[in-house]
Amino acid sequence: MEFIVAKYNYWIVIVLLMIGLYAMIAKNNLIKKLIGMCIFQTAVILFYVSTAAKSGGATIPIIEHGHGHEAAAHAAHEAAHHAAHAVHAIDYVNPLPHVLMLTAIVVAVSTTGVALALIMSIYKRYGTVEEDEILEQIK
Amino acid sequence: MKILGLLVAVLTGCMLLYCAGDFPDWADPNSPASLHVSPHYIEKTMEETAVPNMVTAVLADYRGFDTMFETGVIFTAGVTVIILLRRFRRKDEADVQGDSDSRKGPPDDIIIQTICRFMAPFMQLFALYVLCFGHHSPGGGFQGGVIFGASFILLGVAYDLKTILRRIGARVSALLANTGLLVYSGIGALCILLGANFLDYSILSLILPATGDIMARSHGILGVEIGVFLGVSASMISIYLDLSSHGQLDEGL
Amino acid sequence: MSSAQFPILLVAVPLLSAFILNIAGWFNKKYCLPVVIVALVGSVYASFGTLFTVLEQGTIRYRLGAWLPPMGIEYVVDHLNGLVLCIVSSVGLITAIYSKRSVEQELPERIPQFYTLYILLVTGLLGITVTGDAFNLYVLLEIAALTAYALLAVGEDRAVLSSFHYVIMGTIGACFYLLGVGFLYIKTGSLNMIDLHGLLPGLFGSNVIVVGFAMIMIGVWVKMAFFPLHGWLPNAYTYAPSATSCLVAPLMTKVSVYVMIRIMFSVFSPEFTFEVLACRHIIVWLAVAAIIAGSLLALAQTDFKKMLTYVVVAEVGYMAGGVWLANTAAITGAILHILNDALMTLCLFMTVGIIVYKTRGHQFENLKGLYRTMPFTMTAFTVGVLSMMGVPPTCGFFSKWYLILGAIRAEHWVFMGALLFSSLVNAVLFFRIIEIGYFEPFTDHHAHGDDHQPEPIDEGPLSMVVPLWIVAAALVIVGMYTSGIVTKVIQFAVPEAIV
Repeated sequence: MEFIVAKYNYWIVIVLLMIGLYAMIAKNNLIKKLIGMCIFQTAVILFYVSTAAKSGGATIPIIEHGHGHEAAAHAAHEAAHHAAHAVHAIDYVNPLPHVLMLTAIVVAVSTTGVALALIMSIYKRYGTVEEDEILEQIK
Repeated sequence: MKILGLLVAVLTGCMLLYCAGDFPDWADPNSPASLHVSPHYIEKTMEETAVPNMVTAVLADYRGFDTMFETGVIFTAGVTVIILLRRFRRKDEADVQGDSDSRKGPPDDIIIQTICRFMAPFMQLFALYVLCFGHHSPGGGFQGGVIFGASFILLGVAYDLKTILRRIGARVSALLANTGLLVYSGIGALCILLGANFLDYSILSLILPATGDIMARSHGILGVEIGVFLGVSASMISIYLDLSSHGQLDEGL
Repeated sequence: MSSAQFPILLVAVPLLSAFILNIAGWFNKKYCLPVVIVALVGSVYASFGTLFTVLEQGTIRYRLGAWLPPMGIEYVVDHLNGLVLCIVSSVGLITAIYSKRSVEQELPERIPQFYTLYILLVTGLLGITVTGDAFNLYVLLEIAALTAYALLAVGEDRAVLSSFHYVIMGTIGACFYLLGVGFLYIKTGSLNMIDLHGLLPGLFGSNVIVVGFAMIMIGVWVKMAFFPLHGWLPNAYTYAPSATSCLVAPLMTKVSVYVMIRIMFSVFSPEFTFEVLACRHIIVWLAVAAIIAGSLLALAQTDFKKMLTYVVVAEVGYMAGGVWLANTAAITGAILHILNDALMTLCLFMTVGIIVYKTRGHQFENLKGLYRTMPFTMTAFTVGVLSMMGVPPTCGFFSKWYLILGAIRAEHWVFMGALLFSSLVNAVLFFRIIEIGYFEPFTDHHAHGDDHQPEPIDEGPLSMVVPLWIVAAALVIVGMYTSGIVTKVIQFAVPEAIV
């Protein structure tokens, strides 16, 4: 039971991956295939982002007292830090998966855009987006 | 096909479940991913790049090369939509009525049009804010570029496509996208011409007045973010122009 | 700008020129092709320069942004990449010169966009080859894939649907690759290939690493069109424009084979891939199936171009089987086959392009009597055919020789049988083509001439035939220099741990 709860983010990702993969392969309608592709890509993105979290009060990856003159004001309130600008990795979530997934989201959006343009061309040419009807027309 | 799809999905699920026992726990601060490279990013960003937002620093400086190609991916999507859908017509040809179903759309609504007309400049201002404050708060070139593009698309949805075309034509948006990408790769090439490696912003301190190596990195990051902003906003507008009018560029949605 | 910058210049020059040519193309279409050719000449120069530097100094490591790896991204060039880089940039350049007439005929209004996507595709392939960072490889894989989807979709009638199927399969492949890299990342914390190589040996017992390897392999096999994941390739390549098929057919599958070799040997070590996993026999059997299925399906076609795409599927089986046989001769054969197959496929698809330019079709009927009306083209085609069959001194013979030696060494008689069977089937296929081209009378689709008049020589344009002849000559020259290539380059590309 502990095992299931401790890794719950992975179960969600696995379910989404399976749904997306099934939709991409088994569905007849091209738009549904495209939606399956979006779900699949989103699942991979969620996987990465969920690995970035850190328990224990870690905050977003932006250094609070990074501005110039505000640093002095903040330093007075920071009881845990000895030096005014010491930064500890334990206080911030892991920034690297966020960066990687910014790239992956952009790639996913671009692929979706290209696939939509292809579907529009197919619709204009064949008049339908159901794959079996298109294959009928080709024969 | 349905059986094949079910089989593939179930096999993939089994493969993933097989190894699930070995994953690190969720939000474990001692997982290998949190201990190897990322502490360097968290602890040294301020001293090496003078940018408080670690995500922007990693995105545009440590892994800036990836980001250049990512912007290239959006640019490619824009060119792809043009090559697939755009109907190139010479200026002297008469405007042919679209052969697909009529795209009259809903009638003009004065409330929607007025509100969108008021919102658009604020959206653009906010987009510029998000771009410039990417160093200190969540934001950056991609986010700002999308908001900027969305301000034009909002006008297109509220009025019609010709409203966008009057403000930023199809050719201008393509040229702006190219300019944005040229800014990004140009900054990289400039670093080579000045003698350092590609995208090594610290060498820019030679041409930027009164900055040290570290501030030069911060300015370099801003420069490439501007390039990303131009590229992304222009590509978004260009993709919308073609997708909504099926390349005819006459009437939009 | 010293030669130390060559590794980045071979990617940066085509990339910058893509945007310059797009801007220029909006004003005048004639500026596009010269910019492409100049950029690719620069890229060829830089890649050969990089290869020669590697031959003198050993592996080069170039840091982007001057950050130490694994903090930043780096480029790692060793003997294997150096060879593949030269192949990719040279094929890109020759096809660009070849493409002028073909693109003007098939896509007259979209020339600037076509060439922008063309040069971005070459940039993506070069970037995949030269990078040393696993996530950077994913981004470049997606650039190459997106440009390929577009370039393949602007062909004939059925091209759009075939390209859509390629989008679905290609995205599955890329996302599996990304997921595999994610598994490696959560267990090691690093994305740099050399760093992973150092960190992984301690983790070989972990299930996550095994599944991560499997997912990366499946992703790469989809991109490589390895049986049974090859379903997208025949339709996508057949209906594409001629210039696109000449660019993608020789290159995309071979670069994916390179990625497979890189992941198997440089990220995971040979002992993991061959001993810890203990599944290499299954994969060699899959390669046997690929070769036999590809050859048999090629026999069943009546469309000349589609037949060639099934031959490509069989050739991928050669390379994959050679690598997974796990001995020096077989891996040498597989790497040599990357070079040879790129040239052979280029030669054959260029011929198809010239035939399509002249006769507007690529069925077997379009081939009738072509040996008399297009003698130069068909002579070069015959050289390519001889190389496919494995006739010395063309290069195809030598890579088959090494692969057969490797199969004998590993005592895998079925693989050797599949190789010989495939050569036989290639002979049957191509003798059928030669028979149609030589013995059947030429059907002129445009005139109603008398059958008794001698058929006029109606060759393809010079800008298409001269590159074809260069490639055909290269097939023979590379064949004759095989021992030099193997001892100077490929010998160092095979990891030392392999017997």
